[in-house]
Amino acid sequence: MSPKTLLQIIALFGSLSVLSIGGGNTVVPDMHRQAVNQFHWLDGRQFADLFAISQAAPGPSVLIVTLIGYKAGGEGLWGVIGAIIATMAMIIPAGLLVYFTARFWNSAKEAKWRKAVERGFAPLTVGLVLASGVIVAKSADHGYREWALTAVATVVFTCTKTNPLIVVGVAGLIGWFGLV
Amino acid sequence: MSDQVASSATEVAPKPPGLIELALTFNKIALASFGGGLSAWSREIIVVDRKWMSEEEFLSALTICRILPGANQVNLAVFVGVKFHGIIGAFAACAGLIFVPVVIVLCMAWFYFTYSKVPAMKNILHGMTPAAVAMTFAMAFKTGRKCLGSPVAIALFVAIFVLSAVLRLPLIAALLICGPIALWWGWPRQSKVAS
Repeated sequence: MSPKTLLQIIALFGSLSVLSIGGGNTVVPDMHRQAVNQFHWLDGRQFADLFAISQAAPGPSVLIVTLIGYKAGGEGLWGVIGAIIATMAMIIPAGLLVYFTARFWNSAKEAKWRKAVERGFAPLTVGLVLASGVIVAKSADHGYREWALTAVATVVFTCTKTNPLIVVGVAGLIGWFGLV
Repeated sequence: MSDQVASSATEVAPKPPGLIELALTFNKIALASFGGGLSAWSREIIVVDRKWMSEEEFLSALTICRILPGANQVNLAVFVGVKFHGIIGAFAACAGLIFVPVVIVLCMAWFYFTYSKVPAMKNILHGMTPAAVAMTFAMAFKTGRKCLGSPVAIALFVAIFVLSAVLRLPLIAALLICGPIALWWGWPRQSKVAS
């Protein structure tokens, strides 16, 4: 991996980090444009496949960045270094903003505005959480069988104390046998 | 002036977690969320299981982490880490959240570029995604039961849901519309503080 590539990785993901308002996935189109069309680190097909892998793996979906860094670094050991640099470039700038915000937030425990945010934003967060569930279901092309599984699992999560891991595991098995 | 409020709403954590516990907890959150549902898993573990944050503190932290740039879950790890151990805590929580997932995706990427095939997990995930969506719905239900007690709260909830999920407005636009009303409604007043 050339120093130039290294700098390009840092510049690209470092800038996307502070632009990714609303979450990592909001900058995926821009990531695609630059990594595929501008720097030619990978082709469109590979980008789509890496995106699928990053969504499938556990952990935050922003790990698409790790995979692009791996390919940009030239795979193998250099790839791993590219992956680590890309991941850090994506996390640190935004993380610093959160750090300062969190410190400010923690220093204002009794402030009225903080109480207003905690109380007032609670219903908004619940609405956004529900919305994110609906959006994920839509983008995963939920059919009636998927919705049925979703409905059953929702009832189990809400009305019983079953360990969620068991439910997710059973759902995975159902998928494995091709029942949904 | 606000003594009663302080005792009921803040300091829910029995004792602050150490750095290793922070890292291991976020590792658990990351690994549990195979197929999605990270927010729901975070709440399940941070609020219900570990009691590191009250429900309201967690929900507002989640929205703050969504407004700020960056991956929401990474941001939340930083936020929780900072609460207990400043910047070192943020590193510990972040590292815990992403270390194992990074190793996993790198193995998958290696497999992909070596055999030019996406690892065969499609079917398993196909079943897990509905479960993850269900967990998200259940989280909305459980938290909603607690904080949607008044008509204004319900109106705010419905409004942002419609703006976000139906009209697909960007988060910032939706918050610019609903946020000021939410703040005005949430502002502590003598008669409302006790709730």
